[in-house]
Amino acid sequence: MLSLNRVSKFYKVGTFGGKELAAVRDVSFDVNAGEVVSLIGESGSGKTTIGKMVLKLIEISGGSITCDGTDVAGIRGGAVKSYYRHVQGVFQDPFSSYNPIFKADRVFGMIRSEYFADMARSEWNGKVEAALRAVTLDPGQVLNKYPHQLSGGQLQRLLVARALLLDLKILVADEIISMLDASTRIDVLNLLAELKGRGMGILFITHDLSLGNYISEKTVILRRGAVVEMGATDKVFGNPTHPYTKVLISSVPQLHKKWAEVEAEIRARGGDDSGTCLFHRAYPPTARAGDGADDGPTLFKVEEDHFVGCFDLGEGTCRIA
Amino acid sequence: MSLQVTDLRVYYRTLAGDVKALDGATFSIADKEIMGLAGESGCGKSTLGNSLIRLDGRMKYVGGTVTLDGVPLPIGDQNEMNHFRFAEVSIIPQYAMSAMNPTRKIGKMTAELLESRGERYGEIKSELLRRIDLVGLQRDVLNRYPIELSGGMKQRMVMVISTLLDPSLLIADEITSALDVSTQRAVAETLVSFRDHGFVKSMIVITHDVSILYQTADTILVMYAGKLAEKAPTATIIEDPRHPYTKMLISSLPEVGIRYANKKLTGIPGSPPSLLSPPTGCRFRARCPLAFDRCAEEPPFEKIARDHWVACWKATGSDA
Amino acid sequence: MTDVIKTEPKPESLPGAPKAEATAPARRTRGEFLYFALRSKKFLIALGILLVLIGIAILGPMIDATDPLAQQGLPMQPPTADPGNWFGTTYFGEDVFAQFANGLRATFFVGLLGGGLAALIGMAVGFTAGYRGGWTDEILNMLTNVVLVIPTLAVLIVISSYLKARGVLFEAVFVGMTSWPWAARAIRAQTFSLRSRDFIDLAKLSGRRAWKIIVQEIAPNMSSYLFMTFILLFGGAILMAASLDFIGLGPTGGMSLGLMMFNAVTWAALTLGIWWWFIPPGIGIMATVGALYVMNVGLDEIFNPKLREI
Repeated sequence: MLSLNRVSKFYKVGTFGGKELAAVRDVSFDVNAGEVVSLIGESGSGKTTIGKMVLKLIEISGGSITCDGTDVAGIRGGAVKSYYRHVQGVFQDPFSSYNPIFKADRVFGMIRSEYFADMARSEWNGKVEAALRAVTLDPGQVLNKYPHQLSGGQLQRLLVARALLLDLKILVADEIISMLDASTRIDVLNLLAELKGRGMGILFITHDLSLGNYISEKTVILRRGAVVEMGATDKVFGNPTHPYTKVLISSVPQLHKKWAEVEAEIRARGGDDSGTCLFHRAYPPTARAGDGADDGPTLFKVEEDHFVGCFDLGEGTCRIA
Repeated sequence: MSLQVTDLRVYYRTLAGDVKALDGATFSIADKEIMGLAGESGCGKSTLGNSLIRLDGRMKYVGGTVTLDGVPLPIGDQNEMNHFRFAEVSIIPQYAMSAMNPTRKIGKMTAELLESRGERYGEIKSELLRRIDLVGLQRDVLNRYPIELSGGMKQRMVMVISTLLDPSLLIADEITSALDVSTQRAVAETLVSFRDHGFVKSMIVITHDVSILYQTADTILVMYAGKLAEKAPTATIIEDPRHPYTKMLISSLPEVGIRYANKKLTGIPGSPPSLLSPPTGCRFRARCPLAFDRCAEEPPFEKIARDHWVACWKATGSDA
Repeated sequence: MTDVIKTEPKPESLPGAPKAEATAPARRTRGEFLYFALRSKKFLIALGILLVLIGIAILGPMIDATDPLAQQGLPMQPPTADPGNWFGTTYFGEDVFAQFANGLRATFFVGLLGGGLAALIGMAVGFTAGYRGGWTDEILNMLTNVVLVIPTLAVLIVISSYLKARGVLFEAVFVGMTSWPWAARAIRAQTFSLRSRDFIDLAKLSGRRAWKIIVQEIAPNMSSYLFMTFILLFGGAILMAASLDFIGLGPTGGMSLGLMMFNAVTWAALTLGIWWWFIPPGIGIMATVGALYVMNVGLDEIFNPKLREI
């Protein structure tokens, strides 16, 4: 459904825009109906940039994003509105997503005035209530209130309800859990899983690996704008191949295993730490072309549904000259 | 006993009345113990931590006593506490990364800080350098401005500065929340190493992230709505908690390895009560699946086993 | 309703109370505004002074319907001499009070129109530059800077040499068109900080067009700021008009406070000791502009909870 193909984003920095900063480099992955893809990365990895590019809030510098075959970057003017019928987003800070001087359900009113202006009020109210129930919110408790009168979890669910008012196919969830308390996190997560069950495709952006592991079918691990590892979630977590992935997984504080234990486990599972890395064995430098479209693939297949990128972390980790 | 807190009450003054952020806390921390202080937003953990050093002017100290190494701490008096701050009780505040003056080089700032405390910078410098090496920073960080350092580096620098005079009690308030996962581990392990090297005697680590506490703390104290819910060794809290809130909290945490398809987790319905006019009786009553009539009367924070305290009628077996 | 964790927390947030308040700007209901407005001494005193002056401006010429430019009595009479002329008479025997009341009217008119015009232009330029950014911002910035450094006095002198007569309307428009730059700058800065907020992104995701977002999302969020900006522009316009009148570049007919002072100085009121001719207009201008500025400070305290003394 949603397909990213060698997407890049460059920013001009420095005086007179001389230098270029690559926020996203050559990222490709798909989000299909009925699946959650987690986009995992630390700060500066470019994950939020990718989310915003999918939502057309930031322009793409290179590559293409297609939704059901249509090129997203080419959509202009009135067509953007119909794009937003199918693709919506929810952001990290629930309180920043609402205009604080208006009531929270104004976000529904905005959708109504832009997309359903002709609908009768009673029919609209019914639609709103159905959407609220779908996100397990009680209409009586959340309608007609100001944002600061509601909790973070309620506000996030309200935003999901807003997205459901449209004909949603893809939901971009950018760190929607990180500002919620532990007891409400799981409710919002379960809600996403339910939506996935109803055929929606969800791009779940997070820095928290345990959340990604809990809810997603596919995982994409980003570092400094490039994909280092991606594939089926259980394969990426069960058999982490890239050194960065291994560092990430061993740094996540777990509830039943100490850090030292996890690290030892990962090390024991082995993996080729000596000699040339998998990537270079498959694509030796001589076989790879220079700049240009035929640069060669950026990911190497480890096993079915599991790909890994170049091992060079930019810190001299690559042992090939 | 290194730290002994008895019936501590701290409220906040607001236009609407007193917010009873901390309403009667009694517990103790032993020498060399790292105690994690866990709970959700508004439970009072930050209030508890900050009241022990009394830096927040909005706090109104209402009652209770705190004794550190046998000496009572004058936490009701802003000026009296000054003798204890930094030397006996130190804090790594919640916004530590922005706690350094951006217009001063770090070395200069540290020197000024020490001079203001009556210490000679020259005498302490060698120790300072030793500790900087220990936390994995370069020595030339003293010549840099804060803006040149990354989040994790700033956090570690603040940790070194806060513990420079070897305080007996260190309060670490959400020091890992704003960091990336890989830096989190480094900072948390640094914190534990401070205790291991003897720079601090005991620590209170305040965080909402229970899994970090599992990795670093010896005991965990769980708070809810201004009251203490449960205190026990880390393994007990994670594996065999007695308070319903603790149980529900632990079982709502996703972990690497748990997947929705295999095991769906559940949260805690409802939300914490308002602390402006908190309910009588057990404050968790409204959301507790085990609540019964006795819960209308507030349960005391009682010892049910060695090193294990709970505030719950069901847990103490008084539900007969 | 407190289940939000702040990872980059603000020190002002109060535990136990909803944490949201720290990041959300103050949402004021009318009731809350009135509550604090009625308790703010600065606001009330300033408002009182303004109301008195407005009263004089509106009712004065009605009560004392004398023509300010006609000879009323003996020239240079002090206030106590003739009960018909409360403020005394000028060098030419004109009624000072009539001049004062009419002048106050003109002053308020220029302030309102000039300040209003400046506010509108400032908002248009500021919002557009702040929201769009990029080249639009660069061009509008250049425009703002040019207008800022234009020597208004010189321009006015040049223009007036081509015009046969200048009316109050001309003065108001001139003042309006030269005093908007700083307002545009300030509004642009505020718009910059607001436009990267999530709720603006959400409005974009709802298919809202740019101008609608500015009018319906950004401007209401800055409403208190815009109101205070208008008040400052109002006061500034009055001052500027008075200064122009004082050096003789004001309207060629009519009466204004600055014109009174201009006349007073031209006709040697200082040397002759006709203090009742220039003191009232001077105090009038001072009181009006001063009250407006004090009201601004009072409003800032009302709108911004952090400045209030509890």
